Amino acid sequence: MVVAGEVLQSGSSQELHVLAVDDSYVDRKVIEKLLKISSCQVTAVESGARALQFLGLDGEKGSVGFNGLKVNLIMTDYSMPGMTGYELLKKIKRSAAFREIPVVIMSSENILTRIDSCLEEGAEEFLVKPVKLSDIKRLMEDCVTRGETEEQEGRRVHKRKLEDDNLNSSSSSPLSSSPSTTASFGCDISIPELLSSPPHPSKRAKLHDGD
Amino acid sequence: MERNPLRRQLQMMRKSFFDQGYLDDQFVQLEELQDEANPNFVEEVVTLYYRDSSRLILSIEQALERKPFDFNKLDAYMHQFKGSSSSIGAKKVKAESTLFREYCKSGNKEGCMRCFQQLKKEYATLRKKLEAYFQLARQAGPMETACRPK
Repeated sequence: MVVAGEVLQSGSSQELHVLAVDDSYVDRKVIEKLLKISSCQVTAVESGARALQFLGLDGEKGSVGFNGLKVNLIMTDYSMPGMTGYELLKKIKRSAAFREIPVVIMSSENILTRIDSCLEEGAEEFLVKPVKLSDIKRLMEDCVTRGETEEQEGRRVHKRKLEDDNLNSSSSSPLSSSPSTTASFGCDISIPELLSSPPHPSKRAKLHDGD
Repeated sequence: MERNPLRRQLQMMRKSFFDQGYLDDQFVQLEELQDEANPNFVEEVVTLYYRDSSRLILSIEQALERKPFDFNKLDAYMHQFKGSSSSIGAKKVKAESTLFREYCKSGNKEGCMRCFQQLKKEYATLRKKLEAYFQLARQAGPMETACRPK
């Protein structure tokens, strides 16, 4: 059996830390196993509220979880009591600290309008439950690919910043216009375009035999 | 063909679950997650399912006795129940859950009650079968390979 970990090891030296959110105890156990087998670190919580608490988005400071591990991916069930996965998605995408974290929605119901609204709010993927190992493997490959692309983009950005600095060094006014501003890139290398990768056509078209 | 008679019996039992429609591919997915570190993963998940879902069954039973009938609440409970059942590959139980939800949506009280009786039967039957299966698996001893081809 090919393990997704092999894909991870070739691309990155770090394990991905996934925050899994599901109110079903059974589903949490399964998703945890799926992710661990794919060489991920997993934190599984039972609600959106607990997820926000873990991220430190419930009003308390801090952008890392309780154990200090940065979250690389969030996988959340859609239908949950209290806060739905959709509501959790929106909260995450509207937070400055966490909007870059890819969020994957899982749902047993293959409803096109639901899929569309999740993707519109910035969800990375919409997985139909029950989630399979092949779904996780594909996710891992996408994450690694994006990680590598971001690294390449990051190098390009740094290079551009150096060029701008050279251009500006001759000017005395700090407000002189430069061909490209570097301020927008900030300290985080986040390229918004990368987050809105097109959904896999198979997921959108897939007809689940359940509903 | 498996030489060990207990293993052969186990194999045949397992095959019957799929042939008779008690389990679907999701069960195989769970088996493929079993490894040396977690050799009893499937049994653990199934045990967890029966423990967790028994509470839902009770809630549904109570809701069916309440007047007036709250179809929305029943549907919500069944949605959860169906999700868990689907996660362990409980095919017949899942089918009854789907039917129950149809009856809820069409406001058919009689249908709900009949369907729920059938669902409980399937739920109990599967439990007995899987208990016997896991017991036999323990008797037969650890497998060489964690996952078997379909």
